[in-house]
Amino acid sequence: MKFATPAGANPIDRMAIVGRAHPRIDGPLKTTGTAPYAYEHQHLESKLAYGCIVGAAVAKGRITAIRVHEARDAPGVLAIVTAQEAGKLGKGKRNTAKLLGGPEVDHYHQAIAVVVAETFEQARHAAGLVHVDYDRTEGRFDLATALEKAELAIDPNAAPAPKENRVGNFEEAFAAAAVKLDASYTTPDHSHAMMEPFASIAAWNGDELTVWTSNQMIDWGRTDLAITLGIPKEKVRLISPYVGGGFGGKLFLRADALLAALGARAAGRPVKIAMPRPLMANNTTHRPATRQRIRIGCDAGGTITAIGHESGSGDQPGGSPEAAVSQTRLLYAGANRLTTLRLAELDLPEGNAMRAPGEASGMMALEIAIDEMAEKLGMDPVAFRVKNDTPVDPEKPQRRFSERQLVRCLEEGAERFGWSRRNPRPGQVRDGRWLVGFGVAAAFRNHLDMPSGARVRLGRDGHITVETDMTDIGTGSYTIIAQTAAEMMGVPVDEVTVRLGDSAFPVSAGSGGQFGAANATAGVYAACVKLRDAVAQRLGFNSAEAVFADGRVTGGNRSAALREAAAAGELAGEDKIEFGDLSKTYQLSTFGSHFVELGVDSYTGIVRLRRMLAVCAAGRILNPVSARSQVIGAMTMGAGSALMEELAVDKRFGFFVNHDLAGYEVPVHADIPHQEVIFLEEADDKANPMKAKGVGELGLCGFGAAVANAVYNATGVRVRDYPITLDKYLDRLPPVD
Amino acid sequence: MMPVRFKVNGESRELTLDPRTTLLDALREHLHLTGTKKGCDHGQCGACTVIAGGRRINACLSLALQHDGDAITTIEGLGTPDKLHPMQAAFVKHDGYQCGYCTPGQVCSAVAVLDEIARGVPSHVQADLLQRPQASNIEMRERMSGNICRCGAYSNIAEAMADVAGGRG
Amino acid sequence: MKPFTYERASSPVEAARIVANRPGARFLAGGTNLLDLMKIEVETPTHLVDVQDLGLDRIEETPEGGLRIGALVSNTDLAADERIRRDYAVLARAIVAGASGQLRNKASTAGNLLQRTRCPYFYDTNMACNKRSPGAGCAAIGGVTRQLGVIGVSDKCIATFPGDMPIAMRLLDAVVETVDGEGRRRSIPIAEFHRTWGDTPHVETALHPGELVTAVTLPAPLGGKHFYEKVRDRASYAFALVSVAAVIQPDGSGRVAFGGVASKPWRVEEAEALIPLGAAAVVARAFEGATPTDDNAFKLPLAMRALAFVLSQAKS
Repeated sequence: MKFATPAGANPIDRMAIVGRAHPRIDGPLKTTGTAPYAYEHQHLESKLAYGCIVGAAVAKGRITAIRVHEARDAPGVLAIVTAQEAGKLGKGKRNTAKLLGGPEVDHYHQAIAVVVAETFEQARHAAGLVHVDYDRTEGRFDLATALEKAELAIDPNAAPAPKENRVGNFEEAFAAAAVKLDASYTTPDHSHAMMEPFASIAAWNGDELTVWTSNQMIDWGRTDLAITLGIPKEKVRLISPYVGGGFGGKLFLRADALLAALGARAAGRPVKIAMPRPLMANNTTHRPATRQRIRIGCDAGGTITAIGHESGSGDQPGGSPEAAVSQTRLLYAGANRLTTLRLAELDLPEGNAMRAPGEASGMMALEIAIDEMAEKLGMDPVAFRVKNDTPVDPEKPQRRFSERQLVRCLEEGAERFGWSRRNPRPGQVRDGRWLVGFGVAAAFRNHLDMPSGARVRLGRDGHITVETDMTDIGTGSYTIIAQTAAEMMGVPVDEVTVRLGDSAFPVSAGSGGQFGAANATAGVYAACVKLRDAVAQRLGFNSAEAVFADGRVTGGNRSAALREAAAAGELAGEDKIEFGDLSKTYQLSTFGSHFVELGVDSYTGIVRLRRMLAVCAAGRILNPVSARSQVIGAMTMGAGSALMEELAVDKRFGFFVNHDLAGYEVPVHADIPHQEVIFLEEADDKANPMKAKGVGELGLCGFGAAVANAVYNATGVRVRDYPITLDKYLDRLPPVD
Repeated sequence: MMPVRFKVNGESRELTLDPRTTLLDALREHLHLTGTKKGCDHGQCGACTVIAGGRRINACLSLALQHDGDAITTIEGLGTPDKLHPMQAAFVKHDGYQCGYCTPGQVCSAVAVLDEIARGVPSHVQADLLQRPQASNIEMRERMSGNICRCGAYSNIAEAMADVAGGRG
Repeated sequence: MKPFTYERASSPVEAARIVANRPGARFLAGGTNLLDLMKIEVETPTHLVDVQDLGLDRIEETPEGGLRIGALVSNTDLAADERIRRDYAVLARAIVAGASGQLRNKASTAGNLLQRTRCPYFYDTNMACNKRSPGAGCAAIGGVTRQLGVIGVSDKCIATFPGDMPIAMRLLDAVVETVDGEGRRRSIPIAEFHRTWGDTPHVETALHPGELVTAVTLPAPLGGKHFYEKVRDRASYAFALVSVAAVIQPDGSGRVAFGGVASKPWRVEEAEALIPLGAAAVVARAFEGATPTDDNAFKLPLAMRALAFVLSQAKS
């Protein structure tokens, strides 16, 4: 189905099932521990062996010798694979650094060998007996230094585009502005830190490979595994029905899957591998650190006349920049504009997508800058944002937003939160030992179109089965897909079985970039339209007029049970959603507002969140239960990036030092108070037939800045370097003693 | 290899294990009770929480041999998809999970936390250590802090627990 | 994890004898720290002697009016004991400020005293560490040091002692009781139990090889107001940036010890005399000779401010 014109009325508009709160259909499995994750598939015929990954001990250099004899002689060892044994490997389209290093080492903890043994304990022990000599060479590990000589770069998602995005004359307008802000911000490297480690089981049957894995994007993983192994894609099957969190870390083929496949081939047995937690931060990808400069010029009345946002980040050679300026191109008005990205080569581990790549880091900076500018103008930060709202793409004014409810998000949020109680003078509100502050930020994240396919079957018993390689990484895919098929076919949700995460099923959007829910359900919609046609034809109805409801098909003065259509044999509909030019004609984005109240301990400087509210406008909300959880989860991650998360770089040895869950702190229960989320009514007919957009990343974008702005309101101290930890402002708190 | 016997979810089990085998790996790899999850294997996440001898512990930081003779309850011992434990049902009702990987540990911990509060085990957030703790929001959040949920379902988990605690009276 | 053999001892002396006589043998109590380190081969025992069956899990009153805490009493049970909550609240508060509910259920009193540093360079066997291999050097010095020590450290090691419970025990002048394989008993004042690093950071306590901690004795209660103020980035389940244990008497005198700052629970008795003069004076004296890095210099004002809060509470 090609989606090329705005969606008209369609069966989803009934919203008898879609858009209603429905508990997750996978809930009973997940809460009882019976949902199988990658490492847990037991039903193989041959006995599984265990693989353990050996990570490089240096960040940059060359392996001069690997001595494996001691490991090979250790009890239970079946095989050891290094780059040398593996032979020539390709590199996946979406991998920057090689997944199996050697003899060159590209980054710390890059996999350089896998040891396969009969038991987990034996494999782990033998991995420690692989002795490696390195010729360590100098690497580039300091972003600030590397950026001094770095070139401008193009955001690969915005290509083709000029290296500088300019509108009007930014420099002149900024120089002439009545009120100016010129400030620099930094965000550190972040780790996805999903709870399920990277894990895979690989089994060969002749030249056919099956991999049970934990991957957000089945077809990308399958393609890149085939490329890396140099075998036809048709010979590779990936299965990933449950994914224990991804956040972008599992978008790509990673070392666990590749080494399980190589280990299984070498051992002649199926092999399972889970990446040890202490290896994850350096072996895999992370959200790259940024250094950002923002300049805003306004007239005395608070109208933005110039806005400039320049961001620099680093990556392995051949990598890409963190597109931290993308929201600045679209969020606020302003006649003169400049946005640029700079990319430095670094020898730290590979930087890549993490939840809301670009906007997450960019909004952390931009929304502090907006707060600072509002203060310079003596304006309320909500009012300043409202004043500079734009109904059109500021770079291409002929291009409108399909839907844009930013102002409503801000104003309704302010009302609900009691924003008027905020004291605009910082450092004034005390509650015992606590300095109390309010903060606000806009939320913004683009919506992305992705083609997505599905197959929907009507069984002889009238039961509906949906099959797609879409994944559920906690996003609620199982449930919203069941709701979509139930709505389209006119059956209750429990008459629908959803099967996901198998490359034997039609290729879907996959899970990433908050594009999963809207596009995957649109693909299911398309397949359901096909199935409805087949049903109507079989039962002799005019497909365009037939109504599917209550397990029946009705048209004209006739009605038949849906299951009758399959009485003579199962019917199936398969299709995919594809997109025309609507997303070029219109800008498809999601908007929101974040409000935060927090306390800063006047003695120690620790920050404790008290209240948080998000108001979101993101198209049709397919299931308010799972959508709300996506938003509160994103806010929680935003709290982490605001207050504690930082991969600490050792600039001498070139690695992330705090590479486990004790060292890399993410929020715990005690950090997060009750969270409130409001979804505004919206149905975006330019997006897809579901009239839905993404929402899973919107809740992250801007939240960190709302925290930063609240810390400022509480203390009068502006921190522009994340995370906002007490050591950065302790000396500026009121004196004690 | 050494023998070990314990009761898991009421059933006597005997295993002969490499002494290095943790309780977690004994459950997952030898008894195929994979509901208990391995998130970090270093006591930093809580996904492996089980109840041993009536107390919740991190199964990853215990050798199986240390539990010879113990009674162990895992997530599989609390309820099944057809017959959910009240805490499991409350997690479903309040959407107290997303990806589901930390969930069995959260559920085991939540059950144990309500028991700990009932038994008067003190916590960091108690204003007065000599008063009996209550199942308040902040008490439950503090006591649940050894169970990390990167999907950020904390707010919903607290509501699920409050539901169960309230129902208990 | 290297292969090892395992046995359960039936008496403290037997356990000590086995460990003393068998190279590579170690005691296993709760295991929450030892197993963690064995998995990454920072610890590589060849034999484990499980001491859980030795009857060391009781809390008894002493003739002197104090309490004798068995080495295997769990953190949870110790904090929950009514006498501890009532008479040694600083200890109960310190315990429940540490780790998580699950870990406190498993972690033992002796194990908590003996827990090893959380320095990330100690945990990464690719990095040089004088604790892991004496003479190898210290990769932490000049590296990422925000969490590391500001005092009691040396040019060989800047790791901190990470615990909470022992900070309170140091404040209370606890005594560590031990037995060896010959049945000889020792009582070690806690002030002498943990060491500053000096040139031998791999020597962390006053214990002799094979010596088993059997109990920790607390003197009679001090009275006064008890505080354990722990400062950390997240609200729970994190090691201290700085912690302050204090007991303040109605007359304004008191005791104070610091965690998260030094090689050991940090208490300077001469500084306590300055409590009536305020937090700045106490911290200036207690941290005399501190050698912070740029990254952890904040721990000094933080210790001062945390103590200032405690003193303000003591007055109210």
